[in-house]
Amino acid sequence: MPELAYDGHTVQLNPEGFLLDKQQWTPQFAEVLAGKAGIGPLTERHWKVITFCREDAAREGQPPGLRRISKLSGVEMKELYQLFPKGPGKLAALVAGLPKPQGCV
Amino acid sequence: MITETLTLDTAAPVMPESIAPQPVRKVAIICSKGSLDMAYPGLILANAARMSGIEATLFFTFWGLDILHKEKVDHLHVATVGNPSMPIPTIVGGLPGMESFATAQMKKQMEGLDIPSVREMIEMLDDSGAEIYACRMAMDMFKLEADDLLPQVKDVISAMDFFDKAAGAQIIFI
Repeated sequence: MPELAYDGHTVQLNPEGFLLDKQQWTPQFAEVLAGKAGIGPLTERHWKVITFCREDAAREGQPPGLRRISKLSGVEMKELYQLFPKGPGKLAALVAGLPKPQGCV
Repeated sequence: MITETLTLDTAAPVMPESIAPQPVRKVAIICSKGSLDMAYPGLILANAARMSGIEATLFFTFWGLDILHKEKVDHLHVATVGNPSMPIPTIVGGLPGMESFATAQMKKQMEGLDIPSVREMIEMLDDSGAEIYACRMAMDMFKLEADDLLPQVKDVISAMDFFDKAAGAQIIFI
């Protein structure tokens, strides 16, 4: 299992890079992963998405699909693709420490 | 068991393959059917590609143009006759109103599962950066103008243009 060590923490990831234990998530983890995934420094808009994803996942018991994020987070589809280029559905969940969303939309 | 440890401060950090930037992948999807059930596969695949960071080009031809047609996109039907997948005997499927009824049932099921309408799928695809093209020859055959099509259609192109745009892409025919 790949591990990520940063700033004194070591966390385990699954083979696709998703955080195994979501209790281990920290905002710093999000920044580190965003850097590695090529997203760049996280802005307020990124955080709006990440916060929504974490809150929605806690409520619904599963990570939100991209369409749900675009409808409910206040950040629309076009912008989501700008904030998380190359796979916003997966990348937002990755950075938010959530499992990969299962749906098709 | 070997665990790979990633650290921020090594000069050349090693990272799980999936997080590292990947070479660009492309898919090109040809949509030639216009029934409700056949409109979705191409659109869902293109959307899934975009969500996975794969570039997507869509080429609508023949009956696929109905999906892009302003007046028809909300009224695509599912076939009840000659459709071996439909659990309705042909003799019943051919009765007046059956096609509309079966279509309404299918739409209701999709709404129940919160599946977006065809129109919304096209909007989402455009927002996600997928490129949507209509086939020149089919446009001529059906006597359509660019104006008849949804605003998300990027251009009307020929099959050869499509192959240029699909260079390096995996092509899917629906």
